[in-house]
Amino acid sequence: MITADRPPVAPEPTVPSTAVAATVRVAAKRVEADGVVSLELEAPDGARLPDWTPGAHVDLVLPDGTTRQYSLCGDRWDAHRYRVGVLREPAGRGGSAYVHDRLAVGDAVGLGGPRNNFPLVPAARYLFVGGGIGITPLLPMIRQAALLGVDWELLYGGRTRASMAFVGELAEHGERVRIVPQDEHGLLDLRGFLGDPDPGTRVYACGPAPMLAALAAATAAWPAHTVRTERFVARELGTPARDTAFEVELARSGRTVTVPPGRSVLAAIAEAGVEVLSSCRQGTCGTCETGVLAGEPDHRDSILDDDERAAGDCLFPCVSRARSDRLVLDL
Amino acid sequence: MTLTAEPAHDLPTSDVDPFCPEVLEDPLPFHAALREAGPVVHLRRYDVFAFARYEQVRAALVDWQGFQSAAGVGLSNFRHEKPWRPPSLLLEADPPRHDAPRRVLQKILGPRALRKLHEAWLADADRLVDEVLDAQGPEFDAVPHLTEAFPLRVFPDAVGIPQEGREHLLPYGDHAFNAFGPANELVEKGAPRVGELSAWVAAQCAREVLAPEGFGADIWAASDRGDITPEQAPLVVRSLLTAGVDTTVHGLSAVLCAFATHPEQWRRLREEPGLARVAFDEAVRWESPVQTFFRTATRDVPIGGHVIPDGHKILMFLGAANRDPARWGPDADAFDLARDPSGHVGFGMGIHQCVGQHVARLEAEALLTALARRVETIELAGPPRRHLNNTLRAWEALPVRLRPA
Ligand code: HEM
Ligand code: FES
Repeated sequence: MITADRPPVAPEPTVPSTAVAATVRVAAKRVEADGVVSLELEAPDGARLPDWTPGAHVDLVLPDGTTRQYSLCGDRWDAHRYRVGVLREPAGRGGSAYVHDRLAVGDAVGLGGPRNNFPLVPAARYLFVGGGIGITPLLPMIRQAALLGVDWELLYGGRTRASMAFVGELAEHGERVRIVPQDEHGLLDLRGFLGDPDPGTRVYACGPAPMLAALAAATAAWPAHTVRTERFVARELGTPARDTAFEVELARSGRTVTVPPGRSVLAAIAEAGVEVLSSCRQGTCGTCETGVLAGEPDHRDSILDDDERAAGDCLFPCVSRARSDRLVLDL
Repeated sequence: MTLTAEPAHDLPTSDVDPFCPEVLEDPLPFHAALREAGPVVHLRRYDVFAFARYEQVRAALVDWQGFQSAAGVGLSNFRHEKPWRPPSLLLEADPPRHDAPRRVLQKILGPRALRKLHEAWLADADRLVDEVLDAQGPEFDAVPHLTEAFPLRVFPDAVGIPQEGREHLLPYGDHAFNAFGPANELVEKGAPRVGELSAWVAAQCAREVLAPEGFGADIWAASDRGDITPEQAPLVVRSLLTAGVDTTVHGLSAVLCAFATHPEQWRRLREEPGLARVAFDEAVRWESPVQTFFRTATRDVPIGGHVIPDGHKILMFLGAANRDPARWGPDADAFDLARDPSGHVGFGMGIHQCVGQHVARLEAEALLTALARRVETIELAGPPRRHLNNTLRAWEALPVRLRPA
């Protein structure tokens, strides 16, 4: 046996960065339809982005401080790029005007998540219903269904054909896809598309509230858990995320540290000499969970669901930050 | 052992069998030689490629697109060979099939879900330590009395399987982890009982056998909600019974052995019992109870100036990565509570990262906290003896002497 002692090669540890990973760069911006642009996002250093599953969304913290949620609609087999589709909202609500008019290739945006409240569950058959920009979470689901060789069909409605994004890339699926612009064909014929209730089929629908209301009526007789919907809302999250420093008080050790922008809470705490065990440093594994005693967290993890976030009693300091000036942690 | 550079393309090679008894007994010199030889080494004996440096192991673990699990995470290549049992829906699955079972289990075993077990497990560990000190006195074998006893007390109950037959759990797990290696004598030794053990394990996964509350019931409830299918539910339960017992037993043995041989670290833990979790992760790094897993290249993967051809197996040495001086510094071999073990790959990394890691940490926290409260010093009372397994680094016997506080 060789017992070659490798002289300790300059121990410059290949530690995954503890600085804030939660920033992405706009790598491409494309007009997809009237009022819809897509953004391709990548890590500034070209690293892998956190893994995601179809139905997931990310929070983007725009340079003007607004935080918006967008469904991921790219290819998860490309670990280096995310794609989102952004509709210009009426009255320019919720940051969409900023994305359309000002956000440019090369700009940095803050990233939260990905999180998935709309996961694709295993089924023998899928029926997808997309309304307008609600097509975005369905795109990776469709790809996945196709990959698994599962039977599926898509009903895709929009105001006009010109306003409907990603029609081109759906064309390859032929007969499985029905494109239904309202000005040509009127409202979606949901009952005709869905057919009779079928326990082996899962219905996935995303779109504006009136479409989902019509879908709820049309699927009233379907068995429980067969219909899964996500409402497309231009949701703006409470207090705007901050890009300034905040203070973190460590209640048990009595120390207070300042967390500047560009530094993770985890790194700042470690510098103060308080050790928090971590692993993925991406907000996915749950190892660094820390109790929050006071203050309002800015959750950037992929773990907590909306209720757990609202409880505000814990955070993942490897990625999450503060909305308030001060956070008090149980450390 | 010789590591020779093949003249054609300078790919370092080795003829050593990583699963031979000598290496399993003490893999550290072989690991060091592999790390030294290069970022990738060809293991001629099995025609597989080895990663032993932290950088490549971590990169392969997270790159599920390039390094798949569905062709098996053992030596056997499911593209060509029939698996010995229906493949795991988690460990031996790729996206998209991996997604739904993973999501379900991650929630059921997540830190928030475990909060409700926290107090009971801490109390149970206290009781166990009292009972053992009473019954055995200060000197005993820590493996049966503590590190096997504690997981077997809390974990099968948490899953919700019946009392009867629990003695099958450790032999089943031992065989399953042997089966990731080549069909050597360790696998042969287990073969006669495989049918019986597998049948028992499969029977425990049925809905009507499982307690109305517990991880098992939670998994079936997820199938009622349609988050997984009723066909998947028993295999998801099986993944807990396969991966959740032997691993923690050997993890606990590792941390106790570390303390028995590092008295100053035990003093430190007693002064700061809050370090229990850090101590356990440091022991998981230091000992790597799960030593190795394979992946299969999904395309020609360039690495360190070489190409791993599509469909070839890669053996990732988690244990070697966890002691790579390039990542952990010149004292990588030291067990040290002052070190931040964060980022070790003892639980893997990426989408397959151990979904039971919070369970394992809770068990360890409970047992170490109970011991730290009652035990002033802990030392070896005789030479410990290894238990050989193709994948696990384990102790058969760990004689200890405890001085109660
Ligand atoms: C010290 C104890 C443990 C160690 C060292 C350990 C180690 C590991 C490792 C290295 C992996 C990654 C496999 C891969 O990447 O191919 C893994 C996966 C897994 N572990 Fe653990 N484990 C431990 C405890 C547990 C426990 C207590 C459970 C169950 C409650 C568990 C259940 C699993 C499962 C189901 C997977 C597969 C996850 C997936 O592929 O998505 N493990 N474990
Ligand atoms: S280290 Fe994994 S969630 Fe923070």
